[in-house]
Amino acid sequence: MIPEIGQFALILALSLALCQGVLPLIGAHRDDAAMMSVARPAAAGQFLFVAVSFGCLIWAFVTDDFSVLYVANHSQLALPTGYKISAVWSAHEGSLLMWLLILAAWTIAVARYSKELPQKFAARVIGVLGLLSVGFLLFALLTSNPFERLHPAAIDGADLNPLLQDPGLAIHPPLLYVGYVGFSVAFAFAIAAMLSGDLDQKWARWTRPWTVIAWLFLTVGIALGSWWAYYELGWGGWWFWDPVENASFMPWLIGTALIHSLAVTERRGLFKSWTLLLAISAFSLSLLGTFLVRSGIIVSVHAFATDPTRGYFILAFLAIVIIGALILYAWRAPALDSAVGFRLLSRETFLLLNNVLLVVAATLVLLGTLAPLIVEMLNGGKISIGPPWFQVAFLVPMLPLIFLLGLGMHTAWRSQDLGPWQRLFRVPAIIAIIVGLIIPLFIYGRVGLLVAVGCIAAVWIVASSLIQPLRSWRRAEGSAGISRSALGMSIAHFGVGFFVLGVTIVSAFGEESDRAMRAGDTIDVAGFQFEMREIRDVQGPNYSAVEGVVEIRRDGEYIGTVRPQKRQYLVQQSWMTEAGIHPTWNKDLFVALGDRIGGGAWSVRIQYKPMIRFIWVGAFIMALGGLVSVSDRRYRQ
Amino acid sequence: MNRFLLPLVAVVVFIPILILGLNTDPRKLPSPYIGKPAPQFELPGLKDPSITVTTASLEGRMTLVNIWATWCVGCRAEHQYLMQLAQQGTIPIYGINWRDSRTQALSWLEQLGDPYVVSGFDADARVGIDWGAYGAPESFLVNPQGIVLYRFAGPLNQAIWEREFQPRILEDAAP
Repeated sequence: MIPEIGQFALILALSLALCQGVLPLIGAHRDDAAMMSVARPAAAGQFLFVAVSFGCLIWAFVTDDFSVLYVANHSQLALPTGYKISAVWSAHEGSLLMWLLILAAWTIAVARYSKELPQKFAARVIGVLGLLSVGFLLFALLTSNPFERLHPAAIDGADLNPLLQDPGLAIHPPLLYVGYVGFSVAFAFAIAAMLSGDLDQKWARWTRPWTVIAWLFLTVGIALGSWWAYYELGWGGWWFWDPVENASFMPWLIGTALIHSLAVTERRGLFKSWTLLLAISAFSLSLLGTFLVRSGIIVSVHAFATDPTRGYFILAFLAIVIIGALILYAWRAPALDSAVGFRLLSRETFLLLNNVLLVVAATLVLLGTLAPLIVEMLNGGKISIGPPWFQVAFLVPMLPLIFLLGLGMHTAWRSQDLGPWQRLFRVPAIIAIIVGLIIPLFIYGRVGLLVAVGCIAAVWIVASSLIQPLRSWRRAEGSAGISRSALGMSIAHFGVGFFVLGVTIVSAFGEESDRAMRAGDTIDVAGFQFEMREIRDVQGPNYSAVEGVVEIRRDGEYIGTVRPQKRQYLVQQSWMTEAGIHPTWNKDLFVALGDRIGGGAWSVRIQYKPMIRFIWVGAFIMALGGLVSVSDRRYRQ
Repeated sequence: MNRFLLPLVAVVVFIPILILGLNTDPRKLPSPYIGKPAPQFELPGLKDPSITVTTASLEGRMTLVNIWATWCVGCRAEHQYLMQLAQQGTIPIYGINWRDSRTQALSWLEQLGDPYVVSGFDADARVGIDWGAYGAPESFLVNPQGIVLYRFAGPLNQAIWEREFQPRILEDAAP
């Protein structure tokens, strides 16, 4: 009964989404206040019914209702309750429902905080979001019903994929979706502006906080995903250039470009048509990501079960949304651009370069992801493009971006005098060169070209992002302090520096060793002694495991004990690696059990990962910077 | 032309690529090694860890390299056909037991029969990665000179053997 209520609620949500998508748009066109006023209540109702539906699915999981096919495929009696809930979004149908819930939540947030906007504009934004909801609700109801019954009901479920039985999975997809779906708000603002045909600097001010919030959730979501892959997959890497990772990374790159281009549009009224195009692209790439993940078009460790009908549906939806938006763009954008000049040495120039480089980076990722498809179509056979290609290709736009970043943030709008600008960078540049060489040389004992460039770039960004906060701190009594949005920018860029430092150090100085170990064996990696004290059997709620107890010492001094496990999940009979990690702020010592080799010995992978935490910490600092900047006073009016 | 039309043009060109992509089978995987020498490997034997299985073991005759594991359902599905190939003496099959446990792998061979000349034990999937394996089961056809002729991802059966493998074996044997 409850699952049927869930499905019925979805149908009701579809009816309300249709009202929300159609009436306010017609109302705005005809200047009919009554029709426009449908927008907010319809959005609230749509959210309510999607939430009821989502609640019903959670209920089906928590009560082990194995007469529901989706539950029977992704849960099991012995699964801990927390994972029964996170299993809701562990596969296609449930995660689509979560996508809908998040879209509806963004919509009511927009409805709630758009009271100051002109009625017509708000009605159009909510209307466009309603149309997007219609598309996704139809997708769920027609091709991916999560409430489909199984007759006869299963006695027990097939269990949640053990890889996904982890706290990281419970929070990573929701955060990622909040970011993905959040770009639909920027998209809706762009469409609304083009429908009305008038786009001013106020438009950019309204759009900015929504975009930054979406971006910061996406940042945290991607960082958590990377962290999860690091400790759960047992490979010890943090980014694999997997198509699905790329699917979330492309909207991130374009979203980052969008945030910067919105700044230009807000401050100077420039780049209007470009900003619109980025807003359309960021959401289009989110849709493309959904398509890649859910259609089975590209082989990936993450890909959901493949089903061609779903692929065609998303593709049709994607085509309608993107082509519709771009036709509107081709029609309206030419009238928008205003001719305001800026000098070559000005912040506008740097932000333009930022945008170009980020778009180039996103294009490279897109090409790398789709190259196998394209080559195959040209009858070139199947090719795989691996991490080596991405690593090299990606450096090309990123290195200049990193160096320009430190310059651009201290350049004045419109026109900058060369003299004071050069003086300003003298100290950070000297610090960057000295510290950037000291770190690899004195801590890790050697330095190469790429390491030096990476470290200097990282310290350069960190140092130059501190200029503004330090000046504000030492400013004369009574003078204006740094604004929240400038502080947020400094923090986010500081995070970029941290991130770059982590990436550089871990890829240059990380060590790894694969050996066979018995109880009592000691292995030396990167100056640390890893002693296998014991290999024993342990029991979990739905798995049994072999656990190694590894004591780590350095020159006889005790550092810590890690307990890597090799788990066998009882229902799916699959083996999972649970790495043992000894984390400190400046390095991780990582031990993963491989397999039993015989005679009581196990293959063991030991890794030394210096500064790897800086990667995720850097990403979190970037997100924090976004949070600080949206709290700026001018967005709260 | 109106430059604001360019994004639209780009997308209209791009979408057919995705449509065609939907119509191709992602399971038909290539191997970076097709037409190239098989990757060098050295694995301890599954049954007898003291012997080593290496690339050199493959040379001198047409062989089938099969990546398998006990946790993989597809491997169970193709096992009977592999047994048939082995019993008929069609082709020597070399196994790479991938990300598996030795005890389980041994009891699997005991219960279902052992079609392999020898199986190497690839506990930490090093060799699987070298061969560019996406998942199990996967089979590679290697010619007497040690060149990889064909790769098939998924469970083998009679029809696939006749359609994909046999013509390649004959073609390679022809002068």
